Order: sequence, then C-alpha cells, then structure tokens
Amino acid sequence: MLVKACISFIAATGFGVIFNAPLQLLIFCGFAGMTGWTVSTWTRMYVIDDLMLSSFIGAFAVSIIAHLFARRFKTPMITFSIAGIIPLVPGTVAYNAMRHVVESDYTMAIQLGSQAFLISGSVAMGLVFAEVIMQMVFRSKIHIPMR
Amino acid sequence: MVARKKEELAIDAVLLAGRLMMQCGAETYRVADTMRYMAESQQLFEPNSFVTPTGIIFTSGRPSQTKLVSVGDRANDLGKVARVNDVSRKLTSGEWTIDRAYEELVSIDLDPPSLPFYLKAISSAIASASFFILFDGSIGQIGYAALAGGFSYIISEWLEAYSKVRFIGQFLGALFAAVFAYFITSNGATGDLDALIVAGVMPLVPGVLITNAVRDLMSGHFVSGVSKGAEAVLTSFAIGAGVALVLSI
Repeated sequence: MLVKACISFIAATGFGVIFNAPLQLLIFCGFAGMTGWTVSTWTRMYVIDDLMLSSFIGAFAVSIIAHLFARRFKTPMITFSIAGIIPLVPGTVAYNAMRHVVESDYTMAIQLGSQAFLISGSVAMGLVFAEVIMQMVFRSKIHIPMR
Repeated sequence: MVARKKEELAIDAVLLAGRLMMQCGAETYRVADTMRYMAESQQLFEPNSFVTPTGIIFTSGRPSQTKLVSVGDRANDLGKVARVNDVSRKLTSGEWTIDRAYEELVSIDLDPPSLPFYLKAISSAIASASFFILFDGSIGQIGYAALAGGFSYIISEWLEAYSKVRFIGQFLGALFAAVFAYFITSNGATGDLDALIVAGVMPLVPGVLITNAVRDLMSGHFVSGVSKGAEAVLTSFAIGAGVALVLSI
C-alpha cells in the first residue's frame, strides 16, 4: 500500500509533465495525485467497498488539496487538480466494458459501461463539491496563513 | 487620441490573454474572470465577453470596440496558463503597466511549449509503468508497460500534428499500445494483457477535457461545457475503438 502510494505519486508527476505543469510545482502535482489515490483506496479498503463513493471522496480530497496549493502558490487550481484526478480515472472498468462489447456480451458491457460513466461522474462531482465548499469557507473570512 | 490608443492596446491584451488561456486548457470561467479583471483594471468599465473553446468575443462596453478572436490549435500547457495568470495578477495590482503586460503576453504566445517533447514522452513512459503497477501488473513486465505508454504517446502526438485530426492520433496510439501488449503476451512472456493495455493507453486519457467540461457546465458556461464534453467523449471512443479493434481479432 505504501509502495503503491509512492507509485501513484510518480504517476501523477508524470502526468504533470505531460500537461506541461510548471516545473517547480511538479512535486505538488504528484502530491495531489498521491492524496487522491491514497484516500480513495483507503476508503475502499476500510470504510466502504464501493468504487463510486471512494472515487467521490478521493476527488474531494484532491480538490481540497489543490485549492490549498493554489492559494499558497497563487497559481490556477487546475494545475494541481488535473494531475490529481488522473489516478482516479476508471481505466480498468472502462477497458473491461470495452472488452465485453467486443466479446458480444452486451449485458455485462452495459453494466460495466454505466459503472465507468457513474464513476467518472462521481469524480467530477467530488471536484465541484469541494470547490463550492472551499469557496464558502474562504468567503466566510476564515484566515488560512498564506505566503 | 492617446487615450483611444491605450484603450485599443488594453482590449488587445485582454483578448490575447483570453486566447492564450483558452488554448492552453484553462477553465472557461477562469478565462472570463481573468479577462474581466484585466479590463476593469484598465478603466474599461463595462466589459462583456463570450468565451467558447473555438472563439472569444469581447467588448469594452463602448461603441466601436467589439473584437473577436478565434482560438485555434488547442494544446494543454498548464505552465502557460500559470504565466498568463501571473501577468494578469501583476497588471490588476498595478505592478505592471499595460505595455509591459502586453509584451509579456506576446512572448508567452511565441514561446514553445513549457516542457520539451522528449521529456513528456519519457514521463508518459514512467507514468504508464507506474499505472501498470497500480493495476496489479507483474513487476517483470514493467519495462513493456513503459515502452507501450511512451510510444503510444509519441505516436498520437506526431499523428495529431501531422493529420490535424485529434482523434486519429489517439486511435492509432491506442491501437499501437494494444497491438504491442498483444504480441508481448502472446510471445509466451507471462504478461498481464489487461493491465498492460490499460496502462499503455493511460497517457492518452483526456484528463484536462473531462475536468474542464464538468467545471464549465457547473459554472454555467454551457456552450464550452458541452463542446468540451463532446471532445472528451470522442477521444475516449477513439481510444476504446483502437483497443477494441485489437481485442476483436
């Protein structure tokens, strides 16, 4: 688990490079990705074994941490959140859905496909929810020390 | 006369900033907000803008001052988004004059992508290898995953630049990753076909588009949200088709 968390850090950093994130902030992209992956996996292992809910919570964590980084470095939040949610993309589920389509097993394909769709929907919802909440928090003048 | 010229320059700067951000993959609401802040700091008091992924219309609210700029060649470059953001911040805080800001924006426009291509290819290989491990692939196959990821990225980028059709590049990149994984695993090496394919196509996943599409829809920019969503769906279908073609053989 710890090793995999480090690997998700590397993966998210790699995606930071692919999307041309500023070099000095790459580590923080990786950190956002690691947070998202760790939170969602931890949720799935210990709290509730549901891919949708854990992705939602993971994306929520990514968005919060991306918001904090964005405030600290005065950079658009998107820099961190995009690399952060990549480990949450339901690649395996989507792939399996595709494989079942090819095998003409449409019942299974539709089941997996809608699951993949809902997971990506919940990732998106997690991002948006956290952002709305962070905006409310910062509007209510709670002071978080900035550089 | 001088005032008029200054106004003209301010509008140009605002539009240039908007176009750069849109090209480099910023969220639509951020583009609109940045343009408004910049305009207001330059005494254009009723700025209105209509921002879509393919073009931006901006008016300063006075007669004869409406301009349109079209947004071509989109390429994700978050580094440039951050730089434009920085320019706009300095301009609105009064630290920079409009001339200085405009020069900086032009130089951002002319600069090559923030990071060189080979670095991106290498890092997509590394990212693919890491994803291979995350998807429970066996450690011995990690090199193949890196190769699949790196080359699928290179192929898709080259073809995209060559053919001007985004989806062809992604389709062939995914096709390559799947063919590669198929041959590796059928050659007797005890590979994990599924993990190898998924990890190989990971660098092609339209992460920026998915995120932005939802954010745009939520902030009420429906035109950009729907069109970015359509692009994301088409990209995913291109990737899926590339993989499915190989699996069906």
